[in-house]
Amino acid sequence: MSSLASKPLGPDPLGANPAGRDLSALGRPKSAAARRIRERIIVGSLALAACFSILVTTTIIVVLARETWGFFQFPDVTLAEFFGSIEWNPLLGAEKHFGIWPLVSGTLLITVIAASFALPIGLIAAVYLSEYASPRTRATLKPALEILAGVPTVVYGFFALTLITPILQKISPAFGSYNAMSAGLATGVMILPIVCSLSEDALRSVPRGLRDGALALGGTKFDVSVKVVVPAALSGIVAAFLLAISRAIGETMIVALAAGGVAQITANPAAEVQTMTAYMVQIFLGDAPATGVEYKSSYAVAATLFVITFGLTMLGQYILRRFREEYD
Amino acid sequence: MATVRSTASRVLANRAFLLACLLATSIAMAVLAVLLVSIIWQGWDGLSWKFISGLASRKAKDAGIMVPLLGSIWVCAICALIALPLGVGTAIYLEEFAKRSRFTRIVQTNILNLAGVPSIVYGILGLTAFARMFGAFGTNMDDATTFGNEESLFFLRFPFGSSVIAGGLTLMLVVLPVVIIATQESLRAIPRGLRDGSYALGATRWQTVWGITLPAAIPGIMTGAILAMSRAIGESAPLLVLGGALLVYNAPENLMSDFAVLPLQIYNWAGRPQEEFHRIAASAIIIQLGVLLLFNGVAVFIRQKLQKPLQ
Repeated sequence: MSSLASKPLGPDPLGANPAGRDLSALGRPKSAAARRIRERIIVGSLALAACFSILVTTTIIVVLARETWGFFQFPDVTLAEFFGSIEWNPLLGAEKHFGIWPLVSGTLLITVIAASFALPIGLIAAVYLSEYASPRTRATLKPALEILAGVPTVVYGFFALTLITPILQKISPAFGSYNAMSAGLATGVMILPIVCSLSEDALRSVPRGLRDGALALGGTKFDVSVKVVVPAALSGIVAAFLLAISRAIGETMIVALAAGGVAQITANPAAEVQTMTAYMVQIFLGDAPATGVEYKSSYAVAATLFVITFGLTMLGQYILRRFREEYD
Repeated sequence: MATVRSTASRVLANRAFLLACLLATSIAMAVLAVLLVSIIWQGWDGLSWKFISGLASRKAKDAGIMVPLLGSIWVCAICALIALPLGVGTAIYLEEFAKRSRFTRIVQTNILNLAGVPSIVYGILGLTAFARMFGAFGTNMDDATTFGNEESLFFLRFPFGSSVIAGGLTLMLVVLPVVIIATQESLRAIPRGLRDGSYALGATRWQTVWGITLPAAIPGIMTGAILAMSRAIGESAPLLVLGGALLVYNAPENLMSDFAVLPLQIYNWAGRPQEEFHRIAASAIIIQLGVLLLFNGVAVFIRQKLQKPLQ
C-alpha cells in the first residue's frame, strides 16, 4: 500500500486493484438486462457449488445407511448382537460374531493413550508459545509445528513400527511386535500439532486488556496465564481437544501398521488391538466377496465411526457457540 | 479467592510452570528431531536416481518409486482441478453473495462437519459413488460401458473402477472443506472499503468480486490451496479403500488406468516384515517429505512476498 500511495495519480490510486487488472473491459457499457442475466447465471452456478457440500454429506449418510441396512438383513446378524455381544470375529471360526464393542474398545484405548500424551503437552506448549515465548522463539517453533502437522500419517505409522515398538520392547518384553501403546503414542504425536496450534489460536484471541489487568493486580505470568487467559479461552481449547480426539478416532494408517489385528476388549497397552478403521482396512484390502456379510459389516463399522466423529464435531461447535466469552 | 498465597510461593509456581512449558515444548521438538533423524538414518543410503526413476519390483534392491510418484502427480492434479474451482466458488458464494439465512447457516455448519469426517469414510463414499457409480452400470467391471480405445488418452469407462480419476475425485472430497475454509478466511480479511469503493463506481456484485475482491485475496487462497494439496498428496487411507492395488507396474496412461501413490507404496513396504523393505520405505518417506517441504516452502514464500497489507 505504501508503494502505491507514493504515486497518487497512477493507474490505481486507491490500491483498489492490487492485481493490476485491466478494468476498462469491466467498464464496457452493456445493457442492464444483459448484465443482470450474466450476474444471475454466475450467482446460480456459485450457489450450485455451495450445494455440492450438502450433497456430499447427504450421499455419505445415504450410502452408509443403505449398506448398513443391508448388513442387518443377513440372517445371522441382529441389532441386539451388534450392540450386545462382546465378540467380534467375522472372518475366523465356525460361528461368526458381530459385536461392535471390541472394535470400539480398541479405538478407545488408542485414543486414550494418544490424548493423554498430546492434550497436556499440546496445551502447555500452546500456553508457552502464546504467553511466554519471545517473538523470535515463536518464529522458529511455529514452522516446526507446521512441519509436524503436514507429515503424512503413514509416516507416523512407519515411525511407530520401526522406532517406538523396538524401544518399548527393550523396556518390557511384554510388548509384542504389534501393540496399542506404540500406535497410541504415534497417534498422539500426530494430533499434537493440532492441539497446540488450535489452542494457541484460542489463547491469542483473548484481548490484551485482560492480561494487563491481571498483571496490574500483581499476578505472576503463571497466575495470568492459568487463572485468566486459559479460562477465557476455554471454549476454544475444548473445541481443539475435541477435534484432536476425533482425528485420533478416525486415524487409519498408524493403527493399520502398528496396532495389530486382534479385536479384543482390553485396557492393556501392551496388547494387540484392532480399531474400527483398522478393521475397515483389513476388509477392503482382503479378498472378502463384495456381497458377503463380512464385507457389508465394514459399512456398519464405518457408520458407527461416522456417528461418533460427527457427534464430536457437533459438540465442539456447540461448545464454541454456547460458551464463547466475548470481550469486545 | 479466599486465601492469598505468599508472593514467594506464587513466584515459585511461576518458575515451575515455565520449566513445564520448556519441557513440553522440547518434548514436541525432540519428537520431530527423532522422527526426522531416524528416517534419514534408515533411508539416506537407499536414495539414488535409480531408486527414484526405477519401476516396481518384488525385490527390495531393484524397486523404484517412479510409478507411484507419477500416480501421485496424476491424482493430485485431478484433485486440484476439481477441488479448487468448486471450493473457491463455494467460499465466494458464502462470503460475497449469500444472505444470512437458515440455508447458509446449514451449509456453513455442514462444511465444518465435513472437515471432521475421517478420511477413510470418504474412501467408502468414493468407492460407492465413483468406482462403482452406485451400481448404475452393473456390478461387474468386465461389462463396464466403455468409450474409445483403451490405449488412448481419452479412453472412458463407466463405472470408473479403481482408476486414477476415481482416486482424484475421492481426494477432492477430502480436501474440499479445507479449500473452502481457507478461501473464506482470506476473503473475510479483505477490508469492506474496497468493495464499497467498487460499488460506488457502479460495479455489480460479480464485477466487484472478479475485479477487486478475488485478486486481493489470491495470495491467501493460494496458500490455502497449496496446504490442501499437501494434505492430498500425503493421504492414503481413502485410496486404500478405493483401490487395494498395492503393486502396479505401469504409470497411468489415461484417466481410467490403475494407479499407485507414494504414501500407499510406503504403507506396502512398511507393512512387510523384512528389514530391507523398511529401508526403502524410509527412502520413499524422504522423497515424500521433500515434496511436502517444497509445497510448504512455496506457501510460506507466497504468504510473505505476495501478501500486501490492505488495511
